[in-house]
Amino acid sequence: MAALGTFDSANLNGGQRLAVKYYTVAVVLFVAQILFGLLAGIQYLKPEFLYGILDFSVNRMVHINAMVVWMLYGFIGSVYWLLEDESQHEIVGLKLGNLAFWVLTAAVTVVVLVYLLVQIGPGNDTSLWLINEGREYIEAPRWADIGIVVVVLIFFFNVAATFMKGRWTGVSGVLVLDLVALAGLYLAGMFYTTNISIDQYWWWWVIHLWVEATWEVMVGTMMAWALMKTLGTRRTIVETWLYIEVALMFGSGILGLGHHYFWIGSPEYWLSIGGFFSALEPIPLVAMVVHAVYDSGAHRMKNRNHPAMAWIIAHAFGNFFGAGVWGFMQTLPQINLYTHGTQWSASHGHLAFFGAYATINIAFFYIAIQHSRGGNWMGAGLAGAWRWKWALTLLHVGVVGMSVMLLIAGYEQAFIERAVGGSTWAAYFEAQQHMWFVQAMWWRQIFGWITLLGTVLLVWDLLVVGKGETRPAQAAGDVAHAA
Amino acid sequence: MNAMTPWWASASFWRKTAVIVTALSFIVLIVLTLDSMAQMSAGSDRVPAYSVINKRITYVDDAEAGHKMPFVGGDAPLFGKALSEEDAEALVSLGKKTVQAKNCMNCHTLLGNGAYYAPDLTKAWLDASWGSEAARETLMLAFLQDPEGNARTFGSGRKMPNLGITESEARGVVAFLKWMASIDTNGFPHNFMPIPQEN
Ligand code: HEC
Ligand code: HEM
Ligand code: HEM
Ligand SMILES: [Fe+2]
Repeated sequence: MAALGTFDSANLNGGQRLAVKYYTVAVVLFVAQILFGLLAGIQYLKPEFLYGILDFSVNRMVHINAMVVWMLYGFIGSVYWLLEDESQHEIVGLKLGNLAFWVLTAAVTVVVLVYLLVQIGPGNDTSLWLINEGREYIEAPRWADIGIVVVVLIFFFNVAATFMKGRWTGVSGVLVLDLVALAGLYLAGMFYTTNISIDQYWWWWVIHLWVEATWEVMVGTMMAWALMKTLGTRRTIVETWLYIEVALMFGSGILGLGHHYFWIGSPEYWLSIGGFFSALEPIPLVAMVVHAVYDSGAHRMKNRNHPAMAWIIAHAFGNFFGAGVWGFMQTLPQINLYTHGTQWSASHGHLAFFGAYATINIAFFYIAIQHSRGGNWMGAGLAGAWRWKWALTLLHVGVVGMSVMLLIAGYEQAFIERAVGGSTWAAYFEAQQHMWFVQAMWWRQIFGWITLLGTVLLVWDLLVVGKGETRPAQAAGDVAHAA
Repeated sequence: MNAMTPWWASASFWRKTAVIVTALSFIVLIVLTLDSMAQMSAGSDRVPAYSVINKRITYVDDAEAGHKMPFVGGDAPLFGKALSEEDAEALVSLGKKTVQAKNCMNCHTLLGNGAYYAPDLTKAWLDASWGSEAARETLMLAFLQDPEGNARTFGSGRKMPNLGITESEARGVVAFLKWMASIDTNGFPHNFMPIPQEN
């Protein structure tokens, strides 16, 4: 085995080696997400930029698809990461799992190349099967949908079979049931219908029940495991909290789906049901903050992996503000009537996806790196710590800054285009050219560059953090073994 | 769990609660979804049949609802040709597939969902900028086939690119937009001022 501080896959179990592969692709796609976001942002300011070559629609599609896929890669990786540890058993079917990784990655590559080079097709089924389905976030063509389902089945087999052979715990029970729901929901987005109202009804099943139900529970299980590992919190405490979170999250989030059924042709009872239940959705997010902060406080923030812990705390707050506060602001129908489909939504989308899901995945990247280097010390006095600190700071300044600017643009748009102008073609452009809107868009772009800077630093740090650090994590001498 | 843990803080209590709450919420969602599917199917009160493209659609104040509502009036066949229910559905479907294959929703919102780079298309059929009901069909067909040549942009310079939409696809899209404008969206977009629709 290599010396402490050297990256060596011999430090990892089978599931973890596979996890590192997933994480690597995730980071690459994260960078791609940022680059294409910047291109789309520039087009708001300079509409001639790449016009007819990489149109806004193409850049935006790559931007948000790269995001969804890198986050899913992060989740899959994290499940593989904790699988053997949590089940106390060697992973079952690793070869198949490896194959699935390569198949999925090849498929993602082909899909992105087709997005960029072919872009669009004639209005027929062949286009939907081979090029793109034209449905936000799940644009991937049908052939890829089917491929994804097959890969996910293999992933699921790895996970369920390993827990079955090993042991079941509260964390693994919640995890497996959640994965069934998460994968099952994808099927709701895999059919064509001419009826746009019914199309969007089911489209929201995938999008909303992912990010506001199954993904939240997914990160809840990841957090539960990470808190046990980085802080040594007792299992009973962590698992009780996890059940509470599941009850609150599903109890509010499932019917909270109705906040997307106000204006798409669906019945009026959704105005009350959606408004009421979605207004409760911030509650579990508060519970999550309390849990994370309380645990860190109880352990006096003592831990062996400072960057991971910092990103975990960032996750708890980001989830609360981005999803809970920013979502709540527009979730009542009386407000949503004016804010629906404006830059408000974009503001919330950025803060929520970053705050809730980018953060926790990054925390896991750091946990993985520490372990890959043999479990060396990554706490106080870590060499080059300025790098992760600046990456974290710049990414937060960038994304929070962008979200605030988009919110300002959103207010302006909601007033001028929506409330006063009545959302016509002319009113739309009146709002888009208002000085305040234009200024906000410039500032969004500036914060976008700051985000890029943070991303570059982050990638750099992920490559070198802990290199040559030969003090073992255990020497800190507190509760559990190294994460 | 040791004897010190009260029942309301025990893992087993919260495990049961989580299962029950999730199951109940899901059952309610399924029931509401079945009802919604019935109320939203094409041909229902809220979502008219595709053959609505044979009729004149206006947007009028509705005192009872408290907001404007789409109103299906007398005959006004799209492109001057009344279609059977099947033919109407086929035409709207061609439009819908074109909308998906050309990725319109990564620039526009439809029913308020999608991207924010271009105007909402929920009521595009009724948009005042087409000038008059008489001129509308021709202008829309021309715009969709050559949005660059027919750009308006209202001084913004933000043009829609040519997407290679054929004449038949354009007809499908216009049919789709006309049908979509007839959907009851609970008053969204608020305060929308339609194309002049006297008489
Ligand atoms: C690359 C972004 C982009 C894509 C993709 C796009 N549009 Fe547009 N669209 C625009 C812009 C920008 C305008 C405003 C153009 C102008 O004012 O000249 C516009 C205007 C329109 C209008 C007139 C506006 C109104 O309110 O009635 C219609 C109708 C329209 N587009 C339909 C479509 C359809 C249908 C598709 C897909 C087949 C589509 N667009 C794809 C950017 C796009
Ligand atoms: C981490 C969790 C969440 C994420 C990642 C998230 C993300 C998003 C995104 C990306 C959109 C825009 C969708 C589109 O493209 O049309 C959206 C819309 C919305 N979200 Fe969230 N969200 C989260 C949680 C919440 C919560 C907790 C609430 C409410 C309390 C909420 C309320 C809303 C509402 C009302 C809309 C509709 C906006 C509109 O009408 O245009 N979200 N969300
Ligand atoms: C360099 C930084 C970034 C820039 C310049 C940028 C720019 C953009 C632009 C221009 C859009 C299209 C909005 C529209 O339709 O008008 C968009 C959409 C979106 N971006 Fe970003 N983005 C950046 C980073 C991020 C990050 C870090 C995340 C989350 C992790 C993110 C998540 C999203 C989401 C969820 C949407 C869809 C929002 C919606 O439909 O409401 N972006 N972004
Ligand atoms: Fe939602």
